[in-house]
Amino acid sequence: MNSAGFRGRAGMIGFLVAEASLFAVFVVAYLFYMGKSLTGPSPKEVLELPILGTVCLLSSSVSVALGTRALAGGRIARAGWWLFVTVVLGLAFLRGTAAEWHRLIVERGLTIGTNLFGSTFYPLVGLHASHVIVGLIMLSLCVAFAWSGALKTVHAERVELVSWYWHFVDGVWVVVFTVVYVVGR
Amino acid sequence: MSTVPTAVPTRRDIAPASESSGILAILHEWVVTVDHKRLGIMYVVTGLFFLVIGGVEATLIRVQLAWSGLTIVPADTFNRLFTLHGTTMVFLFGIPLVFGFGNYLVPLMIGARDLAFPRLNALGFWLLLFGGLLLYFSFIGGDGLYGAGSAPAVGWFAYAPLTERAFTPGNATDYWNLSILVTGFGTIATAINLIATIATMRAPGMTLGRMPIYVWIMLTVSGMTILILPPLSAAQIMLLLDRFLGAHYFDTQAGGSAIIWQHFFWFFGHPEVYILMVPGFGFASEIIPVFSRKVIFGYATLVAATVGIGAVSMSVWAHHMFTVGMGGMLDSFFAASSMLVGVPTGVKIFNWLATLYGGKLRFRTPLLFCCAFLFQFLCAGLTGIMLAVAPFDWQLTDSYFVVAHFHFVLLGGLLFTIFAAIYYWFPKVTGRMLSERLGRWHFWLLVVGFNVTFVTMHFPGVLGMPRRIYTYPADRGWDVLNLVTTLGVPLQAVAVLIFVVNVVYSLRHGDVAGDNPWEAWTLEWATPSPPPAYNFATVPAVTSRRPLWDVQHPDDPDGPHE
Repeated sequence: MNSAGFRGRAGMIGFLVAEASLFAVFVVAYLFYMGKSLTGPSPKEVLELPILGTVCLLSSSVSVALGTRALAGGRIARAGWWLFVTVVLGLAFLRGTAAEWHRLIVERGLTIGTNLFGSTFYPLVGLHASHVIVGLIMLSLCVAFAWSGALKTVHAERVELVSWYWHFVDGVWVVVFTVVYVVGR
Repeated sequence: MSTVPTAVPTRRDIAPASESSGILAILHEWVVTVDHKRLGIMYVVTGLFFLVIGGVEATLIRVQLAWSGLTIVPADTFNRLFTLHGTTMVFLFGIPLVFGFGNYLVPLMIGARDLAFPRLNALGFWLLLFGGLLLYFSFIGGDGLYGAGSAPAVGWFAYAPLTERAFTPGNATDYWNLSILVTGFGTIATAINLIATIATMRAPGMTLGRMPIYVWIMLTVSGMTILILPPLSAAQIMLLLDRFLGAHYFDTQAGGSAIIWQHFFWFFGHPEVYILMVPGFGFASEIIPVFSRKVIFGYATLVAATVGIGAVSMSVWAHHMFTVGMGGMLDSFFAASSMLVGVPTGVKIFNWLATLYGGKLRFRTPLLFCCAFLFQFLCAGLTGIMLAVAPFDWQLTDSYFVVAHFHFVLLGGLLFTIFAAIYYWFPKVTGRMLSERLGRWHFWLLVVGFNVTFVTMHFPGVLGMPRRIYTYPADRGWDVLNLVTTLGVPLQAVAVLIFVVNVVYSLRHGDVAGDNPWEAWTLEWATPSPPPAYNFATVPAVTSRRPLWDVQHPDDPDGPHE
């Protein structure tokens, strides 16, 4: 690996540590306010386990890994398809989140201002979803470049770094899922 | 090591010379630059600019407090002044100086040609500058100006729920929140950049164990930054959500906590003090050996103490909250961990003393500032240990004793080492020496003024004077002490003025410095003064902690002694 590659990796690790630190505070705030809402609805009443979305997101980690491996091996078309699969899986996850929020807001009347649960739930899940969106934008660009022929094997290192970010977003979801949907329900 | 490069100049390189060389062209060059040296200079100049603004605010505060019952500054303006003074000095003076020096020195010290991500570096600087301007825009923006400005008046740690919309309507608090959020993103970016640079771009032979102490310190400080600044950003995002979207993070009416902001803030805020202070240790660790003509005493212990301070600093934050009522268990924990910081810090003091001991001391201005730093920082540390004792803190929390303590840390410690660093590296940056004579005037006036102000300030605190009051009655016996405190201010102001004169004068008329005027040993002195854009024509190979010593004394290299 050339020195630019090392640089990129070091920078991405630093960025992800900072991101982890950012998420940690939102998680701590969620845990701190768990069960302290003065009014309903409570998580138990309104939250459902987002199993399908979780499966989609976690499996997208596998597809992005396959995509970067294909790219490093010079199989550009295959890499493009795996990255495309990743984007589709990520979109499926986001669709799940959108449906959940729609149901919570419209049917259950839970907004960010309803109670402490709403105040801590939407920012935490929303912060994660916004990271998914950013990741999807980067991955979509990779797909577009792969299909337009601009993506070459020399770019494998950069796509690898995008995949690190994506794995990180997945890892955060494991924490959010555990805290919000398992412990907090 | 400083041969002329043989690279053929590209069109891009020679373009500015053929264009008009007016002030706009120069401005354009500086605005579009991604060179770590120029960005470093811009950071430092920005920081010094805000130091003057924060100093003017401090002066107004001191004038108002000089005697009982004065009405020079109205109460609400006084609140704005101490809020902006604190915010400015921490985020817009301290941080730019720390990362400005880091920007300039780290690549040179490790033999690199720039930071790992030069454009990200520029982004970091501009975010910080415009974040700072945004804070001061609060005077005229939003609903300001009509009522003599709407600058924030919530204190530099902006405790929620005071900052909730119910208690601080209007936009002033949002200016504080958004501007510090923006500067925070810039600082995080620069910290990541420094880590990547130090991790991957060291010259051949520059192992971790051979890095200058200052580089070790910037690595530690950057690591702390990416761990503790995002929590502040998170808390500020929560505050934004509360104020604009009606969330209840800090809303006690909806069951929110009145103290969780304090935890979030001080988890950032206390390590932040070390982020500001530890680079000062770095300056001292570079300067003291050079002016003692000795190697630094106990390199490994100094590095271990640095990393130790960084680690422990993240578990001491609630010593700012002893009066909140956390209970004996937590109070004891945070008291003990706070005192623990004294151990690695004490190790460092002995490192510096042992370096000075038996050295061939050259009392030039940088060493003078470092010596004052040693004394004053020791005093600051001792009052720090006093305040770490929870029952003692119950008595004196939020009093002028605390104010005196942290000004001793940040002025007596940080500001003095920053001036030492400026006198030390100015020849490298500009190619000219600062005037030694003006430097001595600057030093002695600042030492006397600083101690008159801040030694005296401890006493009204012990006598019960709370901080953040805009005036006090005559029968408390605080008048004379406050007057003396204020009388130190003009001395310090004159000292800073002399410094400015010195810089302006020496830029044109100072003695020509040459590559290595102090006969120092770290790699930045191997470059011409000022260094060319590419830093090193050939990347130097390093064989010990003092590469230039090895070059000058090939018969007795350092390596075997380490």
